[in-house]
Amino acid sequence: MTAVLGAATPFAIELPPGRVGLRRAMAAEWTKLWSVRSTTLTLVATAMAVVGLCALGTGTVSPSDIIDDPTRRSLIGVFLGQLIFGVLGVLVISAEYGTGTIRATLSAVPRRPVVLTAKVLVFGAVAVVVSEALTFSAFALGQAILSAKHAVGTKAAVAQRAQQLGVKIPHNIAALLSNGSASLGQPGVLRAVVGAGLYLAVLGLLALGLGTIIRHTAGAISAFVGVVLVLPLIVEALPTSLSNAMARYLPANIGLVMFSTRGVPDRVASAFSPWTGFALLVGYTVVTLGIGCWVLVRRDA
Amino acid sequence: MIEARCLSKRFGNVVAVDGLSFDVLPGTVTGFLGPNGSGKSTTMRMIMGLDSPASGSVTVLGQPYHELPWPMREVGALLEARSIHPGRSARTHLLTLARSNAIARSRVDEVLDLVGLTSVAGKRVGKFSLGMGQRLGIAAAMLGDPGVLLFDEPVNGLDPEGIRWVRTLCKSLAGEGRTVFVSSHLMAEMALTADHLVVIGKGKLIAETSVADFVAGSSRQSVKVRTPAQHELSDAVINAGGTVMPDPDGSMNVTGLSASEVGDLAALIGVAVHELTPVASLEDAFMELTDDAVEFRGGS
Repeated sequence: MTAVLGAATPFAIELPPGRVGLRRAMAAEWTKLWSVRSTTLTLVATAMAVVGLCALGTGTVSPSDIIDDPTRRSLIGVFLGQLIFGVLGVLVISAEYGTGTIRATLSAVPRRPVVLTAKVLVFGAVAVVVSEALTFSAFALGQAILSAKHAVGTKAAVAQRAQQLGVKIPHNIAALLSNGSASLGQPGVLRAVVGAGLYLAVLGLLALGLGTIIRHTAGAISAFVGVVLVLPLIVEALPTSLSNAMARYLPANIGLVMFSTRGVPDRVASAFSPWTGFALLVGYTVVTLGIGCWVLVRRDA
Repeated sequence: MIEARCLSKRFGNVVAVDGLSFDVLPGTVTGFLGPNGSGKSTTMRMIMGLDSPASGSVTVLGQPYHELPWPMREVGALLEARSIHPGRSARTHLLTLARSNAIARSRVDEVLDLVGLTSVAGKRVGKFSLGMGQRLGIAAAMLGDPGVLLFDEPVNGLDPEGIRWVRTLCKSLAGEGRTVFVSSHLMAEMALTADHLVVIGKGKLIAETSVADFVAGSSRQSVKVRTPAQHELSDAVINAGGTVMPDPDGSMNVTGLSASEVGDLAALIGVAVHELTPVASLEDAFMELTDDAVEFRGGS
């Protein structure tokens, strides 16, 4: 048998120096993120949840209500927003499996940890910017509504009652009481608003990690909702001693502390301080993404 | 070029690819032929580093796929038509791929033109027909102007004009000195497109040969014989070293003897022959070759 070699000269290609790396992968991920409708849709829906619920929560205040923590009240939408934002985090990778795009992606960038890192950095950057923009907008809107409605804070309410009773409020207690509306200069307010944004962004990345492990959109979204909504219900159903010990580790409870200007929650005993809680949340996310990376490298695409 | 060595892949208990070794050389179109489910796609995916082999290895241009510095500029592949997000336009899909491998934006329009999709470049891929999807997949493979091309069943869903276009494309790419590896389950298509063949069945290598040799080797082998004295004639054929396969239509297929040899034999033992046709069908040769190696078949 004679080998049939058609061309006298082999095909020559000229390659640029270096190789496909993180920068190229990130450029591709950026284009991918903004070229599907689901990104804009989920971001708009998240914005509606965060800002819309804030308007509802502050706009429906009646004169008899006493506002305990006006900052937190303007940020309550984040709890709904995280569910929608989590969907986007999941979709960033699960949509690739659902549509088969993952094969094109991994053919173009075969080093899989590079692909996942690019996704985390691009989506993470978008998540932080969007989340912070949303929490600051919600805060500004909420406080504007509260002050327009002359909302009564605990400070005024307690002062009035103390006057009726003819007692003096101790300084350390007075410091804990809030006005009807907050401004960024007051203690703990800036931290709560920034913290709420970071909480939202990190939960989006946690969802991305779950999506990487589970691959199926519906399954990963269920897992995410399970962690955020169902897990607290299960923990609450446990015997009190156990549930008290576990409650502070739950993402939702960490969130509650982070949104509060006082940095202590009213519901969870022995909660972590806002930044310790946040570090724990980042830890969960890093572990989830790490498992995701391992699974991505190990399994067939 | 592509080199597979003792490549194996298992899915649970099913052995999809079983100790496969072959070379795909530059400058020719190499056909990858096998029945459906014979392991062609799995092999292609292992070449592209998407599936990892259970054992053995495969290299492209001398290295494992994931070590290529600029994968899309070195290897292009059409794996499955639908590896594209239906919500993206054809142009954006190609643009994301181009970005990852530092390929100029102008090249996107070039390949869209090459595959004839310029007029629908801005349309959402979800609205594409199967044939348009195939064309877009081929455009993606050509995007980096690579020296090695893999096409998995490229003519699926294409109309006759499209099929001819793919055939011409493969040949001209090989003519430029590129390595072209094309899979198909259709022997006739491969005979027209490929110079060289890698034939597999049930994940095992059945033949690695030039198309010319494959055709020459198979076409003289089968003779369709119709006779009222089937029993006597088949005994005689078997004694003379041939093999007999009864055909459902009442005739029999003789291999190992030529038509004239069968005729002489019939005269010698004195039986009548109603039909004596040399069969040169490549499909038959292929079917025969892979007969034991068909994974799925309809009930008969």
